[in-house]
Amino acid sequence: MTDTLLSYDDVLAQFDPALGLEVHVELNTATKMFCGCSTTFGADPNTQVCPTCLGLPGSLPVVNAKAVESAIRIGLALNCEIAEWCRFARKNYFYPDMPKNFQTSQYDEPIAFNGWMDVEVEGTTYRVGIERAHMEEDTGKSTHIGTTGRIHGADYSLVDYNRAGIPLIEIVTKPVLGTGAKAPEVARAYVGQLRALLLGLGVSDVRMEQGSLRCDVNLSLAPRGSGTLGIRTETKNVNSLRSVERATRYEMQRHAAILADGGKVLQETRHWHEDTGVTTSGREKSDAEDYRYFPEPDLVPMAPGREWVEQLRAELPEPPHERRARLQAEWGFSDLEMRDTVGAGALGLVEETIAAGTSPQTARKWWLGELARRANESETELADLGVTPGDVARVQALVDEGSLNDKLARQVFDGLLDGEGTPDEIVAARGLAIVSDEGALSAAVDHAIAANPEVADKIRDGKVAAAGALIGAVMKEMRGQADANRVRELVLERLT
Amino acid sequence: MSPERRTAAALADALAAGEATSVEVTQAHLDRIDEVDGALHAFLHVDAEGALRDAAASDARRAAGESWGPLDGIPIAVKDVMATRGLPTTCGSRILAGWVPPYDATVVARLRAGGLPIVGKTNMDEFAMGSSTEHSAWGPTHNPWDLARIPGGSGGGSAAAVASYEAPLAIGTDTGGSIRQPGAVTGTVGVKPTYGGVSRYGLVALANSLDQAGPVTRTVLDAALLHEVIGGHDPLDSTSIEQPLPALVEAARRGADGDLTGVRVGVVKELGGEGYQAGVLARFEESVELMTKAGAEVVEVSCPSFVHALATYYLILPAEASSNLARFDAMRYGLRVTPDVAENGAGPSAEDVMRATREAGFGDEVKRRIILGTYALSSGYYDAYYGQAQKVRTLVTRDFAAAFGHADVLVSPTAPTTAFKIGEKVDDPLAMYLNDLATIPANLSGVPGISIPSGLADEDGLPAGVQILAPAMADDRVYRVGAALESLLAAEWGGALLDQAPPLVEEGGLRRSRDHGGEG
Repeated sequence: MTDTLLSYDDVLAQFDPALGLEVHVELNTATKMFCGCSTTFGADPNTQVCPTCLGLPGSLPVVNAKAVESAIRIGLALNCEIAEWCRFARKNYFYPDMPKNFQTSQYDEPIAFNGWMDVEVEGTTYRVGIERAHMEEDTGKSTHIGTTGRIHGADYSLVDYNRAGIPLIEIVTKPVLGTGAKAPEVARAYVGQLRALLLGLGVSDVRMEQGSLRCDVNLSLAPRGSGTLGIRTETKNVNSLRSVERATRYEMQRHAAILADGGKVLQETRHWHEDTGVTTSGREKSDAEDYRYFPEPDLVPMAPGREWVEQLRAELPEPPHERRARLQAEWGFSDLEMRDTVGAGALGLVEETIAAGTSPQTARKWWLGELARRANESETELADLGVTPGDVARVQALVDEGSLNDKLARQVFDGLLDGEGTPDEIVAARGLAIVSDEGALSAAVDHAIAANPEVADKIRDGKVAAAGALIGAVMKEMRGQADANRVRELVLERLT
Repeated sequence: MSPERRTAAALADALAAGEATSVEVTQAHLDRIDEVDGALHAFLHVDAEGALRDAAASDARRAAGESWGPLDGIPIAVKDVMATRGLPTTCGSRILAGWVPPYDATVVARLRAGGLPIVGKTNMDEFAMGSSTEHSAWGPTHNPWDLARIPGGSGGGSAAAVASYEAPLAIGTDTGGSIRQPGAVTGTVGVKPTYGGVSRYGLVALANSLDQAGPVTRTVLDAALLHEVIGGHDPLDSTSIEQPLPALVEAARRGADGDLTGVRVGVVKELGGEGYQAGVLARFEESVELMTKAGAEVVEVSCPSFVHALATYYLILPAEASSNLARFDAMRYGLRVTPDVAENGAGPSAEDVMRATREAGFGDEVKRRIILGTYALSSGYYDAYYGQAQKVRTLVTRDFAAAFGHADVLVSPTAPTTAFKIGEKVDDPLAMYLNDLATIPANLSGVPGISIPSGLADEDGLPAGVQILAPAMADDRVYRVGAALESLLAAEWGGALLDQAPPLVEEGGLRRSRDHGGEG
């Protein structure tokens, strides 16, 4: 079945999108949410389990204090209020990979609520309201064996409970309105910046491909200017930043085609298919689904002490947007330069290079020029190149003191990428240092003049610009290891 | 006196004095089980081998001059609702047929650490839902006083085992009276500790906010000894109380002198009168009279919200139970029923298996309460039912607080009637629920309570019980006052009430039921 889509321009002419993003983050605590089992990813199936996370009769949960701390830190970083008193609740539904057939979660008493995060897209800032961030446990993982790959139509299914009970934080936005054509980009930027924030907090591995950060995209359209909210769909299985953007755009076009045709969008769960770039209908999500929430009687209510919360707040890392603003001002970067630096994932690298003594513009030049080109060629991230900010700063220091020129410096980077040692070791081993022996240099200049009499005559006639050819000849003889400025001086001394 | 007739405290003294060995004592109880349990059906599983092995280990320890505590070597029976590593645990349900837990409940771990050999697992109403043990999937337990009658429930197996000298001690669990009511109708002692005083880890939950494990014994002192072994903080149970237990054995010993001078005893107006059997009330009034004579200051207190306690209980309990029992879905353990689903040639789905298993594995009472609880938690009904019940629960707690402002302990009959006949109320759930009228308020509020025998009702000659309640964390008070009343009553009777029970074994074999020749 192929969905009918409306062109993106037509969507925007007729409708206002409303976004809602639900992000599940697996915390990187050493143990699970309610028991002492390990959370290490990739272990053999059902080896990291105990009576509690298997939901054996009689077992009881005990809250992981570290997970609560992480939840509070996430809440604070998202400018949320932290509940003075809150509880866990049971979300009741049957599914084979859920050991107790209820998920221990939070319902109307989340630990963090009512916050916001500013998201920047192409120079415009969108404030995304945060409805809540609550704690819950992950389910087991089902693998359906058979042609469909889904539970319906499977020959049989395998369940791995290693994941059951891993602490999750679910972060739910308020409806995000007013993004217009930029809705897909805002959705992507929100998840991307949230990911950076969580990484900065050190609370999660945030690896979308491993499922430690999972995103559901809620989308609805309303007639343009109506100020109302339409019927939404919830798209699951959106497992990369690019998919967040594509899935949002796809649903906007799909909804619009239905609405433009006078139809009604079905409120349902959709599944995103990365390979084909479409969503398909999942189970119908209606009001009939009743999770029968009630407070978890096996856990006592939590009342995070205000002193503790304030201490955690004081210890938070600088928020990413504030850090960017501060660094931009300190470095004197233009908006474009800053955006490129952030976009290349070079903010921290540039910052450390500057801290090691390099000027901001020079640090930017190396990372976003030479090194970005090499990362691009080898299809790796800048941070994974094998060149450290300290290396870059040292190379630039050698340039500044006249031991290297830019061309030689690039050869030092070749050595660094090949793992030949420190910049100084590479300079020594490859014999890259600039020759400052005036005798050798003078001899080379004399050779060049003698070998190019026509050029020498032009310079004698006042055409100083022709000196380039002689400088080039000298540099060639010196195998590049000469200071070009000194060579120019020597040439002009002799011919003018 | 043969070993199985002696109290746990007396057996402990005998073991310490070298007059008996744990193996002898344990074997005597296993022999008694062999002799009478065919008629009683108090046990679902007997572990003679394991019990004798642990008894021999206890004897070896003692020979080496070591002891793991005051009850080291004393055999015990455990209600089948507690997870026991390596021993079947069915909760009286078909759905857990054959399940052998890979872990011990904290209570069981503490019994093992205290050196108590576990002789077996006792019968119970399925998932502790009932007041008669008739709802066990494995058939009812019979009351040792009259085999045609129920031994109370849900812990009828533990009470009958102790009353019939199959074990000196047993573990019960009390959600709305399942330790105290069986105690009352079998002439034994049962204690529901303060909520959080004994770990719930490994207790297969009926209603998490109400469940509490406790001692089932023949004397108050034995209960205190056992309570001190199993009680105290457990980091595996978040609802476990961190403070240490009060000195319970000391309180029981102190109370044994029968002196109640200065103790304020509150008689709860709402727990008596209409609906209570005359003989039960008469024995209760005599107990109050004895306490007055012993120096207690008796006052009447009113707890008006108690009249709503039963209704409140039957909203909270099914709600929690409906969620707790969801895990029995055939996916990981227990019964699995695979239905034939031949339409379009496809095999049964996971949902089909879940449905068929739950249909076949749960009894009617369990299904009734799952449906009630599911309804009470449903969207649109939550506030009217579960939410409202929690508010009444707060009122019950306030009533207790007010009453304990006037009295150190509160007293009432434990159960409104003596043991009824097997089959009499099994088809009348509401009549069955009324058995717990007097015991439920303590569970709703978390306060501790004890039931001790108050005598035999005139109408039927069957045992009745008196309940003594104390404020949360003041479990020592129920032991002190319970021990005092126990000794005052023993002086009246010239011995223990159980001495008046008809013998289970007569010449020529087992005694037959008084009313129904066919029983037993």
